[in-house]
Amino acid sequence: MNPLLILLIIPLLTIVGVALVNDVTKVRLVSAIGMSAQLVFAFILLYLFYQQRNAGNTDEMLFVSTTMWYESFNIQLKFGIDGISMAMIMLTAIVTFAGIFASWQVDHLPKEFFISLIILAGGVFGFFISLDLFTMFLFYEMAVIPMYLLIGLWGSGPKEYSAMKLTLMLMGGSALLLVGLLGIYFNSAPDGGRLTYDLTEIAKVNIPLDAQLFFFPFTFIGFGVLGALFPFHTWSPDGHASAPTAVSMLHAGVLMKLGGYGAFRVAMYLLPEAAHELAWIFIILTSISVVYGAFGAIWQKDLKYINAYSSVSHCGLVLFALLMMNETATTGAIMQMISHGLMTALFFALIGMIYGRTHTRIINEMGGLMKVIPFLSVIYVIAGLASLGLPGLSGFVAEMTIFVGAFQHTDMFHRVATIVAISSIVITAVYILRVVGTLLLGPITNSHYLELKDAQWFEKISGVTLVVAIAIIGLTPFWLSDLIREPLAQMIQTLTN
Amino acid sequence: MNYSYTILILLLPILIFLFIGVMGDKMKPQLSGLLGTSGLLVITLLSYFTAFNYFGHRVGESFQAIEAFQLLWLQFTDSLIIHIGILLDPLSVMMLVVITTVSLMVHIYSLGYMKGEKGFARYYAFLSLFTFSMLGLVLATNIFQMYIFWELVGVSSYLLIGFYYERPSAVAAAKKAFIVTRFADLGFLLGILILSFYTNTFDFIALTDLNGLAITQPTTAMFMGLSVTTWAMLLIFMGGAGKSAMFPVHTWLPDAMEGPTPVSALIHAATMVVAGVYLVARLFPLYSYTSPDSLEVIAYIGSFTSLFAAVIACTQLDIKRVLAFSTLSQIGYMMVALGVSGYGTEGLGYMASLFHLFTHAFFKALLFLGAGSVIHAVHSNLMTDMGGLKKYMPITHITFLIACLTIAGIPPLSGFFSKDEILVAAFEHNKIIFAVQWLVAGITAFYMFRLYFNIFWNHTPEYHHAPHESPATMTIPLIFLAIASVFSGFVPFHDLVTSDGNLLHTEFHWMIAGPSIFIAIVGISVAYVLYAKKNSKPESLATSLKGLYTMAYHKFYIDEVYLFITHKVIFNFISRPVAWFDRHIVDGTMNLIGNTTVYFSGAIKKMQSGHMQWYIWYFTSGVLLLVFLVMYLN
Repeated sequence: MNPLLILLIIPLLTIVGVALVNDVTKVRLVSAIGMSAQLVFAFILLYLFYQQRNAGNTDEMLFVSTTMWYESFNIQLKFGIDGISMAMIMLTAIVTFAGIFASWQVDHLPKEFFISLIILAGGVFGFFISLDLFTMFLFYEMAVIPMYLLIGLWGSGPKEYSAMKLTLMLMGGSALLLVGLLGIYFNSAPDGGRLTYDLTEIAKVNIPLDAQLFFFPFTFIGFGVLGALFPFHTWSPDGHASAPTAVSMLHAGVLMKLGGYGAFRVAMYLLPEAAHELAWIFIILTSISVVYGAFGAIWQKDLKYINAYSSVSHCGLVLFALLMMNETATTGAIMQMISHGLMTALFFALIGMIYGRTHTRIINEMGGLMKVIPFLSVIYVIAGLASLGLPGLSGFVAEMTIFVGAFQHTDMFHRVATIVAISSIVITAVYILRVVGTLLLGPITNSHYLELKDAQWFEKISGVTLVVAIAIIGLTPFWLSDLIREPLAQMIQTLTN
Repeated sequence: MNYSYTILILLLPILIFLFIGVMGDKMKPQLSGLLGTSGLLVITLLSYFTAFNYFGHRVGESFQAIEAFQLLWLQFTDSLIIHIGILLDPLSVMMLVVITTVSLMVHIYSLGYMKGEKGFARYYAFLSLFTFSMLGLVLATNIFQMYIFWELVGVSSYLLIGFYYERPSAVAAAKKAFIVTRFADLGFLLGILILSFYTNTFDFIALTDLNGLAITQPTTAMFMGLSVTTWAMLLIFMGGAGKSAMFPVHTWLPDAMEGPTPVSALIHAATMVVAGVYLVARLFPLYSYTSPDSLEVIAYIGSFTSLFAAVIACTQLDIKRVLAFSTLSQIGYMMVALGVSGYGTEGLGYMASLFHLFTHAFFKALLFLGAGSVIHAVHSNLMTDMGGLKKYMPITHITFLIACLTIAGIPPLSGFFSKDEILVAAFEHNKIIFAVQWLVAGITAFYMFRLYFNIFWNHTPEYHHAPHESPATMTIPLIFLAIASVFSGFVPFHDLVTSDGNLLHTEFHWMIAGPSIFIAIVGISVAYVLYAKKNSKPESLATSLKGLYTMAYHKFYIDEVYLFITHKVIFNFISRPVAWFDRHIVDGTMNLIGNTTVYFSGAIKKMQSGHMQWYIWYFTSGVLLLVFLVMYLN
């Protein structure tokens, strides 16, 4: 059996398990065991992956299996992974694992909550292992739909409005995406022959230029909406602000990465000539995103809004780097996805934990938390330092790879866009240190905070897992960089020819 | 000679940091202090051993650069690779000695100074982190490794300035220091990107090789009238200027005095703030051969900063701030020396700059630790709360006096020799800069003795409880550093640390030394007249120079200008409109689309009323309409 299927079977079994038990503790326990198993399996898969590569298997995709699903439209269940998807699977497994522990205290309909959460995660895993555009889209929708329920039922604040807004905007993106995907499908056999959804097959054919130019914006923007592409990012602040902790973590940590991943693997890789022709428009939009998000974050007062705008800035950098279309920048983009996924998940986890104690997310209403909840505060500082790109943590290596890659373009347009993007490192420092200074340092503003309790064991598991992952990437970046770079050499060649 | 053991010099401090950082709460505070200090003692001994071996084994006539250790860390492209390694050459070995010596003294001193403070373990953890970062910075084999440690040094400085994190002023100062230097680092990063793009390497040895491509074939690309290489070198210097607090990015350093005093001695006087000088010295062949224009800029910025800061130092009342401005001024000297220097046999300025860096580290650390000892005794930073301390604190008094004489440039103390070399180098290159530096030497002597007399002489205020001499953990480092300040001038620098690793012939010029001793004595005498005893002369002098005095007292209002730019311009004119635009325009459009849809669906929803007679009516009219159309259109 294809080992990749286990990535889908474990969540499925966990859902069944959760459905069968009744008591809250057991629901938590089953979910935790399931997602721990998933994390362990992700590591085993990484080991198997290296084993194959070391044994000299140079196939583009490993663990490929194909099953015909719907003969008349040539829809297949085709699975397989390369280094990039491997890295994304690791990210998803880590964030999901941390997310389960961060939502340990959900007591309103816990069973339904954990089931929805695991369906979401399962959809993401399915997306990253799919090699067929149709099944990929299916898994994509599977990940987006539970979001509506999760925010609408377990959210806070104007949750119905936010849930509706987020779902509708993402659905709008899906609609564009569907047009794009169908466009690719109907042009997948320009010289006659069978139409196909198979990603690796389409990559080999030359889709006519006019079709590429027409469908590229649909596909790229369709994925871009999910990747918080300016100006289609406004679902993100409201959605995150209302979403429960684990949902924000999974959403910003993993789901937004589907956008960047899809924009590269589907939009750019399958429609390379259009990507070249139209890149300049999106380079402008994304370099705006990078500084715009950062400036937006400076003014916000709600922790979740700050982090949402910060995500707009960091995810903007991902798309920006992808559009640079060279090996180094693209490696950086994928590393930035991983790094941002871990960082932002950590931020949202911490924000949830702090909110659970102080019952506010407005930074000016809090102060001096370092003294009362040192563990959470120190982790918050580490997350902040990772976000502003401190060497030794993951953000630095990703950003530097992007900047060096982007600098390989010598023309004025790319140079200016790159310098605009690089300048965000200063603005990021401003808003991060502002939050750290107001929220954690200084005197304690509310005497009532003296009774707050520091992190509990499940919160520690959640936080420490993510910090360790961030530090490992930051301290030993070469393995991640190599893992990602390996499939890129060939992909970039397709893109540039 | 095998130097692979030097990896321990980097590994030990980071391990100590992690150990104290994780275990600190569970240990007795004193234990973490002792652990940090003894660990640093080992590192210091290793460094001395390395220096002894390195300077003892020259190859032929000159010193060679040795890569003692090299590890691939991250690969960007085929040729742009970040290694983490250890580079030993006269410059880095000299820095190794300076950093470990001062750091060890500060570690020992803090055992007494920080005794009983909350967060004692955290303090030692951060000191170890700083020492690790600073050593990594000076031992870097390539410019990107240097940038990595450069940022780590910045964050350790942030953590230590904000050590008293419950004090809002400390938090604000830490934030300011980080953001101002981060802004300068943006320039550094851009400079690295440009330089590495055209030279295709990060490696220092390749970059500074006289026969290497970086120097023999610099790019001919131009941008806005200057060569791209000059842009790169200026941008890199911008990073150096930020860390070394050169005008106009100097504003963070005086505020950084919010940190504990031993930290000011270590980071903001002896080691981190000279990183900019180190950076220029490290890339010196590149500056000298490909971009003499940027050296010129460095000389002028250094010279201006040294004058500007010296004037401000004359008016400040907080003793740590006087020392902070004095640091700015002295680093200005080092920059001037690099700026006026040539390479090889013309490299007097280079040697003088590093010589001054070396001696300055000892006497400035001594001044800060002495100031700390005074502050410890009287519980105030203001010189108006002090006076007559010479009879209460004899050791602090004598060592402080030695340091003041050293910085004033009185022979045969070390400051005299190093400053004299700088003046000679400036004289040979640019007479105006020489004149400014000569004048600054006098101002330096004046403000240092203003400080000295105000603390130890003058009238004795009524102390709450009689000040007493500090404990031995604090006075031993003072004595050690005083000895170093006296004798470090006799180190044969021209034979050890030169721009090309060869012996440099230097001569002693009475023509330069004479006037500089003269102006120093004038400065001291003026200070004696004004401040040795309480009198009304200082006030009448301040009144007669009213405009200048007020301007200097307010540090020429540079902080206010920055405050205006950050708060008014960036916050109110950029950030706030962006946030507004996002909520009301971008999101407004999205909401508009949503609301329009709702509106139109509201308009047609009446058709789905559920009343059968209406449905039959729609159906019948539809059919009739179709029949009508089919009949008449045919």
